[in-house]
Amino acid sequence: MPAKAASRATGTAILAAFRAAGGVEVEADILQPAEALLDLYGEDIRGRAYVTTDPLRGEMMLRPDFTVPVVQAHMAGGAEPARYCYLGEVFRKQDHRGSARVAEYFQAGYEVFDRADPEAADAEVFALFSKLLAPLGLVAAIGDIGLLMDAVRGLQTLGARKSALLRHIWRPRRFHALLDRYAGVTPVPLARAALLRGVAVPKAPWVGLRSKAEMQARIAALAADAEAAPIAAAEVAQLDRLFALKAPAPEALARLQDLARDMPSIAPAVTRLGRRLAALADRGVDLAAVTFDASHGRTTMEYYDGFVFSFTVASDPTLPPVASGGRYDALTAVLGQGRSIPAVGGVIRPGLVADLGGLV
Amino acid sequence: MLKLGVPSKGRLMEQTFEWFAARGVKLRRTGSEREYSGAVEGADGVELVLLSAGEIPRELSAGRIHLGVTGSDLVRDKLADWSAQVAELAPLGFGHADLIIAVPTAWADVDTLEDLDAAAAAFRRQHGHRLRIATKYHRLVRDYLQAEGVADYQLVDSQGATEGTVKNLTAEAIADITSSGETLRANHLKILSDALIHQSQATLFVAMAADWTPDASMALDGLCAQLGLTSPRVPASL
Repeated sequence: MPAKAASRATGTAILAAFRAAGGVEVEADILQPAEALLDLYGEDIRGRAYVTTDPLRGEMMLRPDFTVPVVQAHMAGGAEPARYCYLGEVFRKQDHRGSARVAEYFQAGYEVFDRADPEAADAEVFALFSKLLAPLGLVAAIGDIGLLMDAVRGLQTLGARKSALLRHIWRPRRFHALLDRYAGVTPVPLARAALLRGVAVPKAPWVGLRSKAEMQARIAALAADAEAAPIAAAEVAQLDRLFALKAPAPEALARLQDLARDMPSIAPAVTRLGRRLAALADRGVDLAAVTFDASHGRTTMEYYDGFVFSFTVASDPTLPPVASGGRYDALTAVLGQGRSIPAVGGVIRPGLVADLGGLV
Repeated sequence: MLKLGVPSKGRLMEQTFEWFAARGVKLRRTGSEREYSGAVEGADGVELVLLSAGEIPRELSAGRIHLGVTGSDLVRDKLADWSAQVAELAPLGFGHADLIIAVPTAWADVDTLEDLDAAAAAFRRQHGHRLRIATKYHRLVRDYLQAEGVADYQLVDSQGATEGTVKNLTAEAIADITSSGETLRANHLKILSDALIHQSQATLFVAMAADWTPDASMALDGLCAQLGLTSPRVPASL
């Protein structure tokens, strides 16, 4: 199959560049335990993973990406700091037709586990990708999920509301519906109002695994929520301004510094963004050509919780990103059973690179 | 010949026959009760193919029939990118059923999708696994919940007696077709007030992948004229 051979050849060249940058090549099994790992991905990947049954090992899946197995291997005993690279196929069911919508394709990836200077590590990965992909004339976008999370944590409202909003950072529609609810923009649903007045007690036997105590706890939470003041309109407006921010990186930084005067909770993350941009400039990245999009990454991998980036083809918005990545510190904590390490990485799709004319 | 796939038995077959008969096209089964063959009067060049309603989406997708009558829910659930594979020629006005989400009636705190999502988050923390929703409509339900931004659920497969899964502790909620709600009530389940996933009805579909020879296209134009429908654009055969 010529297309596959071209993908592999391009991937091999990318892998060589990753090795030259200091990455130690690692392998990951194609068959991965589904139950343990599938939970770590968002709904999108979970719905698209090929899951099958193994007579001895239970539910197994064809690996839908490398990051989770690589993190797992590192947390199980990798030395620090570490730089890894890999090349191999990933498998995702496709629900829509289209030439780039293939169910198996190569990924070449580079992952950095380093505590010393997270912003420098972010810049290292982005700059490496940017330099490699330069011949393709792609559009680069960056964002910062951590910035959004800090903004939510800084809201003057109930902790339960903040947790609910944080849980839906990656699902913008539900996030904004909840925000409207907490801000008093959407009225309380009739059934909930009746429940809180104590009139709606259904006459039905209890069925199912969810317990009465769980229901009572939620009713108590709803009552506490009903007592609490709505989130102030000014705070919602700030949050909306932040989430809608999209501008060339240097301009975005200036506007974020401005926003941070009214939203002190994002100030540390804005300072980190400034350090990250300076590190990128030091590595020769033209910042004016990089778009900072505050909502970037909100609909992709749920394990990204900091810096995120992508490289896309401007002339064809139907194509998936040629490269993407981000920081996933929390994932290392989940897989590290008590231990964690700042980590950042990304993948390139060699098949798309080859289709676009290759790296030279 | 233009092949028309129609459900091979039951109310769905009878109502389909009635719908066509009311428009001057007489479909009927021929041979014995057990033999799935049929005849068409009132439209030229049309061949009747009797099939299980559940197989009609697949036959349309493969292009083995040109036209087919089946539930709009089955086409949307069984065919990926369904609107690229088939076109809706006419809704037939019968076989109505709603695909809904139901939870135990005793859950006083859950009435909307927002409630279900919040209950799922707490459930997962408490039980260590996602809240399970039993269904056979995997694609429709997954696409719907994903578009609505619901999290912490998982779909578990249930091909029958889905309403019993909650009582049997194999699921916490269900997503299923309901026409009356009687079975739900008997199993102590209630419908979420704002989570109507799909309103299904029997629909006449056109298969894009069928072999649209000049003969088949002409038969389609004739049939559409007889039925009072606008002829759809179909890919010309090579």
